[in-house]
Amino acid sequence: MGWYTKPAEKPALKPTESLWAVCRACNTYVPREEWVKSQRVCPRCNFHDRMTCRERVALVCDEGSFSEINAAVTVSDPLQFVDASGAYADKAKATVAKTGEGESVLTGTGTIEGIGVVLGVMDFRFLGGSLASGTGERILLAAEEALKLRKPLIIFSASGGARMHEGIISLMQMAKTCAAINRLQQAGVPFISVLTDPTTGGVSASYAMVGDINIAEPKALIGFAGRRVIEQTIKQKLPDDFQTAEYMLEHGFLDHIVSRSEMKAFLANVLRYATNKLVEQI
Amino acid sequence: MSKRETAKKKAVAKKITPWEIVQIARDAGRPVISDFIAGMCSDFVELHGDRAFGDDQGMIGGFATIGGERVMLMGQRKGKTVDENIAYNFGMANPEGYRKALRLMKLAEKYGLPVVSLVDTPGAYPGLDAEARGQAEAIARNLTEMAGLRTPVIVVVTGEGGSGGALGIAVGDVVMMLQNAIYSVISPEGCASILWRDGTKAPDAAAALKITAESLLKLGVIDEVIAEPAGAAHSDPAKTIEAVKKAVLKWLVELKKIDTDTLVQRRYDKFAAMGR
Ligand SMILES: [Zn+2]
Repeated sequence: MGWYTKPAEKPALKPTESLWAVCRACNTYVPREEWVKSQRVCPRCNFHDRMTCRERVALVCDEGSFSEINAAVTVSDPLQFVDASGAYADKAKATVAKTGEGESVLTGTGTIEGIGVVLGVMDFRFLGGSLASGTGERILLAAEEALKLRKPLIIFSASGGARMHEGIISLMQMAKTCAAINRLQQAGVPFISVLTDPTTGGVSASYAMVGDINIAEPKALIGFAGRRVIEQTIKQKLPDDFQTAEYMLEHGFLDHIVSRSEMKAFLANVLRYATNKLVEQI
Repeated sequence: MSKRETAKKKAVAKKITPWEIVQIARDAGRPVISDFIAGMCSDFVELHGDRAFGDDQGMIGGFATIGGERVMLMGQRKGKTVDENIAYNFGMANPEGYRKALRLMKLAEKYGLPVVSLVDTPGAYPGLDAEARGQAEAIARNLTEMAGLRTPVIVVVTGEGGSGGALGIAVGDVVMMLQNAIYSVISPEGCASILWRDGTKAPDAAAALKITAESLLKLGVIDEVIAEPAGAAHSDPAKTIEAVKKAVLKWLVELKKIDTDTLVQRRYDKFAAMGR
């Protein structure tokens, strides 16, 4: 079963790329300047394209409030995995160099409209945002930090699922991260999950789905099994809106779909309710 | 060629490959959960339903007595015939199966019964209805709740440990595997078709993924390997079931000695250390 789904191949658009952005959902050409200004949201269909983890932090945190933690935890190669395209260790090294990040999730502390939080922000550029040992460790440590500080944990997910190159160790990160979430639950520390495009496989089947509040961006792909796997299994075509944020909301797995432009204000508002008890205790 | 070299060659030739183990783990003659229940339990009271949607036939559970010890037993259900397998969905549970399992685990916690979980599944069912009813949420909820469950949890992977569908009932204080069982993040075929872009490279993927009991013990992911009879489980199911029963009973005695706070803390530490 495919836990890690490859992103759909993008059409080659090299000559125009510098001037135009192309919406992956509706193929509309948008002037790059406008694309950047709209925070990568398509003006025609409202698709929320992927952001880097640092862009996301800038979007939701108060300016200058974010401070990275767990930077020393980075990618490792427990299986010494080699596939047809070479060694995972080399691929990982190249990804670190390309993205400037040590793993597929960035963790840190910050404030949102003055409310202190611990953040985990996944980055799809890092091997498809896949969940592996370094990712799981950063998330567990972030949750433990939230527990210690008694501040809400917010995780922005963007992931195709568990990273195959770390095999069973990646699978175990699902149990590991959920164990950390269980601790927050027991201690009454809020956990808010924000599902962005895409959140599938082992990430949707672990921490991303068990927020006190589950929020998603419009049109984000959210689901467990890959579309192709399901179509092959049930031998029928799936509806177009299948596994979208809107579909998940309709089926009761999300509290809210929130546009990027409103995300910070929405989170701040929810946090004021979520921290009601914590504030009283201080 | 020297005598010694010949012997070494023979030993290597005899060494079974991970891909061969995959075939054994999936063998139709391998004992399934109904065999384990019949062979291990002097009593079994099946408990049905998730109290929300239905009663998943791909997941079975209930009160059980093993060697005089009362437990809550559960596991994915594969069949022994084609008809049974169709009825049980080949051991691929739907969300209501995971929710039934969680309901039984919470009941076990309430009654102070240890949980014995037998894992044998190609994976959680990848279907349209399963997605609509929240396969991801059901598994995620189980992982989260099992981590804090205030009763001992003993897991045995008896055949196929298929990814999240296996893990959804496998967050245990002790996780054991039968000698020729497998446990993997993805099927070797699936991995081969993505990373090798060639499904026929499944044997290579099976080796690279390190999915055998022997490898997983070395990686620290499991705690014990239960030996199978010569010729593997399907050649002597009764002996295999007896070995599983013995191992489960041994751990039941051990885990019952540990106070609950320590037990839950150790379970947390165990999974927190995965991949460190
Ligand atoms: Zn668009």
